[in-house]
Amino acid sequence: MLDSLLFYCFAGVAVLGAVLTISRRNPMHAAFFLTTTLLATGGIFLELRAGVLFRTQIILYAGGVTALFVSVLLLVRSGDAVRQVRFGVKKQMATAVAVALGFELIVVLFLARRLPGGGLLVRGSAPVDQLPPNAVAMATSLFGDYLLPFEMTSVLLLVAMVGAVVMAKNRKRHERS
Amino acid sequence: MMSPAHYLFLSAMLFLIGCLGVVLRRNVMIVLMSIELILNAVNINLVLFSRIFGDIAGQAFALFVMVDAAAETAVGLAIILTLVRNRHTVFAGEMDLLKW
Repeated sequence: MLDSLLFYCFAGVAVLGAVLTISRRNPMHAAFFLTTTLLATGGIFLELRAGVLFRTQIILYAGGVTALFVSVLLLVRSGDAVRQVRFGVKKQMATAVAVALGFELIVVLFLARRLPGGGLLVRGSAPVDQLPPNAVAMATSLFGDYLLPFEMTSVLLLVAMVGAVVMAKNRKRHERS
Repeated sequence: MMSPAHYLFLSAMLFLIGCLGVVLRRNVMIVLMSIELILNAVNINLVLFSRIFGDIAGQAFALFVMVDAAAETAVGLAIILTLVRNRHTVFAGEMDLLKW
């Protein structure tokens, strides 16, 4: 009962925040609604007993990515952006494609529900109290099976950081001084 | 835990909203935010199936997706910043340097 209440609460907030993110004129408002959606998604992760990802979601997304968005928005003059038209010209075509895609998703999910096991060929998931501690399991996985990808992500982050600094550097001011 | 279909539906909704944002919006900042929404929808699926199968690999992959998203946002915002500095616009339709 509590589980379903929490799920509907988080899911509602996530979907509402997502809709508001793509429909706000002011990018700053959109950034804050994006944060709401990301936090609600974190709640869904916690409900699925993924504690490590919940914390990562809050630190990395709600803390890091949103701060990045907001600071760049402050650097970009958005006065023109607010006044301009919100959506592009190919609105009808894009909406038609999206509606078709959404209809397809809904049909597939509703048809899948009638199949045994909700259309998923899986046995029932393990009860909550029998799961291993999430942090222990994640650490064993990341530093065991996925050690190389894990180290590669650190290189990726370093390259991205250097690339971002090089690209965003103000060359004109640099030459003047 | 709710049935998998609930989570799949939520994920599909978020994915769809993100796709709509990418296709419909002209402001590149909001297009970037929509991409974050899409990556989040994928993460929900990964964590859900990790929980169903009792295999932690899905959560490890979700972590990698998050790292990718952070790197992508940093580089994307740097590109936008440079574009704004040189072309004075944040609209995708006005970035037509190669058009003649």
